[in-house]
This record gives sequence, structure tokens and C-alpha cells, in this order.
Amino acid sequence: MDALLLARLQFAITTVYHFFFVPLTLGLSIMLAIMETIYVRTGDEKYKRMVKFWGKLFLINFAMGVVTGIVQEFQFGMNWSEYSRFVGDIFGAPLAIEALLAFFLESTFLGLWLFGWDKLSKRVHAFTMWMVAIGANISALWILIANSFMQEPVGYVLRNGRAEMNDFFALLTNPHVWAQFPHVFFSGITTAAMFVVGTSAFHLLRKSPDKAVWHSSFRFSMIYGLIGIVLVIMQGHTQAQHMVKNQPMKLAAAEALWDSEDPAAMSLFTWGDEKNRRDVFAIRMPALLSILAYNRPSGMVKGINDLQAEYERTYGPGDYVPPVAITYWTFRMMVGAGMVLLVLILLGILYIIKENYPKKIWFMKLLPWAIALPYIANSTGWIMAEVGRQPWIVFGLQKTVDAVSPAVSTGEVLFSLIIFTLLYGILMGADIYLLKKFAIAGTVLDKPQPDSETIPDGLGVEL
Amino acid sequence: MDLNTLWFLLIAVLFIGFFFLEGFDYGVGILLPFLGKDDNQRRQIINSIGPVWDANEVWLLTAGGAMFAAFPNWYATMFSGFYLALVLMLLALIIRGVAFEFRSKDKHPTWRATWDWCIFVGSLVPALLWGVAMGNLVRGVPIDADMHYVGGFWNLLNPYALLGGLATLTLFTFHGATFLTLKLSGDLLAKSRAFAKRLWLPSVVAIFLFVISGYWATDMFTRLGVNPGVAPVFAGIALLAAGYFIYRDRSGWTFILSGLTIVLSTITLFMGLYPRVMVSSFNDAWSLTIYNASSSPYTLTVMSWIALIFVPIVLGYTIWSYWVFRKRIHSHTELEY
Ligand code: HDD
Ligand code: HEM
Ligand code: HEM
Repeated sequence: MDALLLARLQFAITTVYHFFFVPLTLGLSIMLAIMETIYVRTGDEKYKRMVKFWGKLFLINFAMGVVTGIVQEFQFGMNWSEYSRFVGDIFGAPLAIEALLAFFLESTFLGLWLFGWDKLSKRVHAFTMWMVAIGANISALWILIANSFMQEPVGYVLRNGRAEMNDFFALLTNPHVWAQFPHVFFSGITTAAMFVVGTSAFHLLRKSPDKAVWHSSFRFSMIYGLIGIVLVIMQGHTQAQHMVKNQPMKLAAAEALWDSEDPAAMSLFTWGDEKNRRDVFAIRMPALLSILAYNRPSGMVKGINDLQAEYERTYGPGDYVPPVAITYWTFRMMVGAGMVLLVLILLGILYIIKENYPKKIWFMKLLPWAIALPYIANSTGWIMAEVGRQPWIVFGLQKTVDAVSPAVSTGEVLFSLIIFTLLYGILMGADIYLLKKFAIAGTVLDKPQPDSETIPDGLGVEL
Repeated sequence: MDLNTLWFLLIAVLFIGFFFLEGFDYGVGILLPFLGKDDNQRRQIINSIGPVWDANEVWLLTAGGAMFAAFPNWYATMFSGFYLALVLMLLALIIRGVAFEFRSKDKHPTWRATWDWCIFVGSLVPALLWGVAMGNLVRGVPIDADMHYVGGFWNLLNPYALLGGLATLTLFTFHGATFLTLKLSGDLLAKSRAFAKRLWLPSVVAIFLFVISGYWATDMFTRLGVNPGVAPVFAGIALLAAGYFIYRDRSGWTFILSGLTIVLSTITLFMGLYPRVMVSSFNDAWSLTIYNASSSPYTLTVMSWIALIFVPIVLGYTIWSYWVFRKRIHSHTELEY
């Protein structure tokens, strides 16, 4: 095992883990802000109970997002120092701006929201949650501006042996960002919607007290989810069309398309032989890939072999094919999860219109499990986007092999990898324990917990 | 003043803000097991920093981002070079952050005690490591001609840097105690006053030793000269004056002065560095400076405009949030954490 492989593994684990908590923060913060605004406008106490209940789950999730994010901020310097030197001129700027514009906003106003219930007026209190929501989503925008530079470098010149920024505006208007950000934004909305739908369905089934809260939450988040899932899918389609132009190799890998085709068929199921670049067994839908790529039943989609030859001419000899199986299967899992979500949400909307959803026991029993779907889609979506870019760390400019820190030894990376993985595992346990406890307890636990006199002095140190 | 100097100053300002604000957070975390004798008391102590600890930590994140943006080579060399130390620091910050949010969410005594220990350790380790890091920055570390740190982990734990660690540890703990004298009431107020009194002398001694040993370990004295300027002299005066006020139970003044000590000491360290950002112990020509480590003038210009516009806004709402939570905490206050 070499340091490069371990560093990649560490980056993948810590980042996927970070992103496990991020989408819920993005989507739920906006939902809470809307709910609290309704409460301020109508004075309906039910909405206040909803904000308190979902807010508690939000906070538990938020804490995990924050602490795993700290690791992200320093990882580039730690494990990818040559990358940091090469693109720091461009890549550091959005990261610094993210902290200044977004993290301060988010954390300060979350403190005000959490501790300010009896110190701020109702209106100002609702305003603080809007600031949290805006902060979280601005943070996503800036980090995606950074990530998009790696996917599609713009606004730079190669000078002094590195990429230097020469057009900040080009960075902000990078077409990749505006394909990617809406997709991520609406995936956050979808994630939050499913989280609330699933939990509410659970309580409706169990006939928990405070029924009005669960009915309102259920209907509200189904509509929220409808907006989310439809736009995620539409934007995913836009992204795929962008990918044909910008990173055709990623699309070819995602479709396991070995040779160029016109019209190109879409794979439903491919069992491939990656080494020899051929299908062992495949079911393919004629012309569908051309439709996906160009909105018409014809049009050339380039295959892996042709692209490899083309890249060798442009960038010199080398292997430019990303890990095909990973890219292919993660893409299928994301899209599959998206389709199932669409069906579930459409059904939910139908039952809401017919007002018979509480009677659809099988459906209500399914929904808590469906909370997993957006999580699967989020993780596999990122893995596909990042793995499909390989061997490049910055597309066309720097390879991942050349990016790793020379000053860090294999033993050091192995040590940190093991430590982070262990710690993250333990924290996941604690997090799920708390989420489950509060989600199942419902609104009953909502009063601040009494200080229990029974707690012995487990920590007292005499001095 | 050129842009490189401006950004050196801005990063210094971010570290000053970070040490001032997060300094008392760490101190509060370190004092938690010594001050809080039952669960309600511990909750009061934790809630004294509850609304602000996360925003205080963002000063560090912004400093990290600003280093990346303005001096990418500094960011790359320092964080890959101090790798294991940074891993330790990150572990500490992770367990500390979740502990604040998680500890009061379950009543089980072991649960609460475990997270309280996480808060303690998670505050102690960074309070120590920041001094070690600053000590090494001014002392110089093995950096080769390609800007790569080649020293390994144990190299960082030299006596001078460890003294630096001791200095920040005691100073932050003292600062935390003086902060608590402003936020708590009753029994806990009396106790935090007593602690502040007890902690004052150790911080004076640790800082004194750190400064003296700097005479042999660093080039600070030759660089700053016989008359080192206002910052270090006033840092010393502030710390001594803090002792005067703490014994007269003047909490407000003590807190201002312990904070001033931190601010002025940080300024002194950055003055000792300038115009270098990392000193090479091999060869002075291999040191990283604000010129050879920096971004292009274009990037620095863009970032300057953004800082100019947004730093005042951030300061504005930060001050507002401290104003909202200016009241002392009592044993019957409704506690969130
Ligand atoms: C700002 C940049 C950036 C951002 C926002 C992300 N990534 Fe990324 N990702 C990288 C920058 C990067 C990288 C530095 O370019 C890596 C490190 C090593 C590599 O191969 O590319 C990478 C690799 C990488 C890998 C491993 C790929 C491999 O080694 O083959 C995975 C699974 C992810 N990322 C997943 C994610 C997830 C889940 C993200 C959502 C938060 C994410 N990335 C955001
Ligand atoms: C790999 C690059 C990334 C870095 C360096 C990074 C950095 C960070 C840091 C330092 C924090 C903690 C802020 C605090 O203390 O309040 C954080 C939190 C957050 N990040 Fe990331 N992040 C990365 C990827 C992403 C991505 C891709 C997104 C969204 C699309 C994102 C969205 C967020 C959000 C919304 C938070 C708020 C806290 C939470 O999630 O609960 N981050 N990030
Ligand atoms: C069902 C139709 C979907 C399509 C066609 C689709 C399409 C895509 C494409 C093409 C990418 C890669 C973009 C690139 O690398 O340039 C992507 C990434 C991603 N997808 Fe999807 N997606 C779909 C559903 C979903 C769902 C339901 C979610 C989550 C709820 C999701 C979350 C993500 C995330 C988080 C990424 C990584 C960030 C990004 O590159 O935008 N996707 N998606």
C-alpha cells in the first residue's frame, strides 16, 4: 500500500462522511425557516412545535457536519500539498470566501437561534433561522465553485509552474457550477423532505400524540419533496448533457460505453470486462443515450477507446480511463434511487389529494425505510463525479498522482486513516442513537430535559 | 504597504481574533472538571460559551482558508509538515464539538461524564498545541530547498516549543477563568474568581520562561533589538496588571487585560516572523516568506476587496450576538446545552 492510495482512501472516507450530514442541513434549514415564518405570521402554536421538534434533529445533524467539516478545511494542505501549491492561487480563494461569507453567518446565527428563544422577538428569531439557511446554502455554492474548478478549469493561466487566477468572474460563472449547484441544492431539499416524511409516517402509524404536527409535517414535506425530486432529476439531465461536452470520458465510463456509437444505446445492465474493455453481458436500450445527451434520437456519443486515443494525442502517453465499474454502478445507484423516490413521492401526493394516506398502511410502513434513498443517491452521486474524473485531480491540468504530499510518510497516512475511521465510526453510532431517540420520542421530549439530581459526580476532580 | 504585507497582517488579525475568542473557550473547557461539581453547574459552565464557541472556531477556519488563498505554499508546507500534530488537533476539535451538542441530550451519567471528558481533553490538547506550533514557527523547522518539511513529528517537540505550549495552555486557562467571572453567578462566580487568582502566577512564570528561552532558541531578540517596541512590553505590563485587578475582584478589567496579553503576544510572535511565514532551520534562504509563498497579485487584489467588504459585516453581527447574550447565567437559567 502506498501513501497515494491511503491518502485517496482517507479523502474519500472523510469527504463522503462529511457529505452524509451536509444535504440534510441544506434542505432542513430552509424548511425550518419556512415553518417558523408560518408560525410568526399565523401565530399557530402547532408550527412552533414543529420547528422545535425538527430543529432538535437538525442540531444533532448539524454538529456532525461542523466537526467533520473542520477536517475538510485542512486536508488539502495535509495530504495534497502539491495540489495546494499548484492551484492554491485559485482554489484557496473560494475556500476562504466560504469561511468568511458562510461559516460565520451560519454559526453565529445558529447560536442566536438556539439560545435566543426568550431573548429575541419572534420576528428576529425567525430571521436568524433564515440567516442559517442562507449561510448553509452559500457555503455549498462556494465549495462547489472550488470543486467545479477541478472538474472544469476556467479563468486561469499557467504561469510560474502553477495555475494562476486571471479572471475571478469566470470562476463564478463557470458553467459547471451552474449545472452542479442546483442539482446539489435540490438534492438537499429532497433529502430533508424524505427525512421528515419518513419520520412523520412513523408517528402517524404509531398514532403518537400531537397528531396535527405529524399530519402537517407529512403534507408539507411531501410537497417540498415533489419540488425537490422533480428538479433534481431535471437538473441531473442537464448535468449529463454538460458532461458530454466537458468530460466525455466520465459519461462513457458511467455508461460503460467502450466504442463510440451513433445513435448511442443506453445500458440498463452491463456486466463488463474492464481489463479488456468489453461487455460480458449487457442489456441496452437503443438510442436512449443519444436522447439523454442531445434531446434527439441520434448523435454521436464517444466511447472509452476513442477517447483514450484522443487523450493520448493531446496529453501524451498514459492511461486516461477512470475506474469504469465504480463509475458505472454508482451512477446506476443514484439514478435508480432517484426514480424510486419519484414514484414514492408521486404516490404520496396522490394519496394526499385523495386524503386517504393514513389508511395506506403498506405505504406508510415503507416511508421510514425510504429515508435511506436520498443518502444513497448523495453518496453515490459524489463518488461517481469524483471517481469518473480520475486520473485527473484537476481535469486536464494535474494528475492525482502528482498531487499528493511528498513530506507525509505512508505510516503517517495509515495512522491518520485508521484513527479517523475509528472515530467516525464511533461518532456515527452516537449520532444515530440520538437521532433515533429524539425522532421516536416525538414532541413529548421537547421540554428541556430536567436536571436530574440522580446524576452522580462522575467527573469531579479535586484541586 | 504592498498586498503581501497586507495579507500577512490580515492573517495575523485572524489568529489574534482566534486566540482571543477561542482562547477563553479552551480555558472554559479545561476548567470544566475542576469547577463544575454537579451536573447543573457543569451545564452553566458549558452554556456560558454555548452560543459562541462555533463562531469562535470559524476564526481558525477563516485563517486556514486565508493562508490557502494568500500564501498557498505556507498552507501546503505547514499542514503537510506538521501532519501528526494536526491530526491530534483535529481529533481534539472533533470530539469537543460534538460533545457540546450531545452531552445534555441523554441523562445517563456515563454518557454525560464521557462527553465532559471529551470537552476537557478536546480543549486541553489544542490549547497546548497552538503554543507548540507558534514556538516552532518562530524557532524555525527543517525545511529544504523545495519548501518541504523534512523534520518528522518528534522534531516539533523541542523544549522551546513545549514551553510555548505551556505558555498558551496556562494563559488560555487563565483567560477562560476571567471570562467565567463575567458570565457566572453565585457559588460558581466565587470559585472562578479563586481559580483565576491561582492561575495568574503560573501563566506569568510560563510566559516569562518562554520569552527568556527565546533568547537562545530564536532570532527574535536580534531582530527586534534592545527596544523591542510597544507590543511585547505592553503584553508583559497587561499580564502584570491583570494580576493587580484580579486580586481586587475587578472582573471586567481582568478579562480585558488577559485578552490584551493574548493579543499583544500574538502580535509579537508575528512581528518576529515578518516577512517570513516559516523559518527554515537549514538555511535562511530556504525560509518561506510573504513573497515566495504568496499567490499572484491578481488573487491578492480580489481577496483584498472581498475582505474589505465582508470583515466589517462579520464583526458587526458577531458583536451583536455577544450583546444579546450579555447576561450572567444563574442556576435557574433555562439551559440549552
Ligand atoms: C473542493 C474540492 C472537492 C470537493 C468539494 C469534493 N471533492 Fe471529492 N475529491 C477531491 C476534491 C473535492 C480531490 C482532491 O480532487 C480528490 C482527492 C483525491 C482525488 O482523487 O480527488 C477527491 C476524491 C474523491 C473521492 C475518491 C476518488 C478516488 O480516489 O478515486 C471521493 C469518493 C470523493 N472525492 C467524494 C467526494 C464527496 C462525497 C464530496 C462531497 C462533499 C466531494 N468529493 C467533494
Ligand atoms: C471538500 C471540500 C469541503 C471543505 C473543505 C468543507 C469545509 C467545511 C467546514 C470547515 C465546515 C464547518 C463549518 C463550521 O464550523 O460551521 C463545513 C460545514 C459545512 N459544509 Fe463543508 N466542506 C467541503 C465540502 C462540502 C460540500 C461539497 C458541501 C455542499 C455541497 C458542503 C456544505 C457544508 C455545509 C452546509 C456545512 C454546514 C455544517 C453542516 O453540514 O451541518 N461542504 N464544511
Ligand atoms: C434520477 C436522475 C438523476 C440524474 C440523471 C442525475 C445526474 C447526475 C450527474 C450526471 C451527476 C454528475 C455530474 C458531474 O460529475 O459532472 C450527478 C451528481 C450528483 N448527484 Fe445526481 N442525478 C439524478 C438523481 C439524483 C438524486 C435523486 C440525488 C440525491 C437526492 C442526486 C445527488 C447527486 C449528488 C450529490 C451529485 C454530486 C454532485 C454533482 O456533481 O452535482 N442525484 N447526478
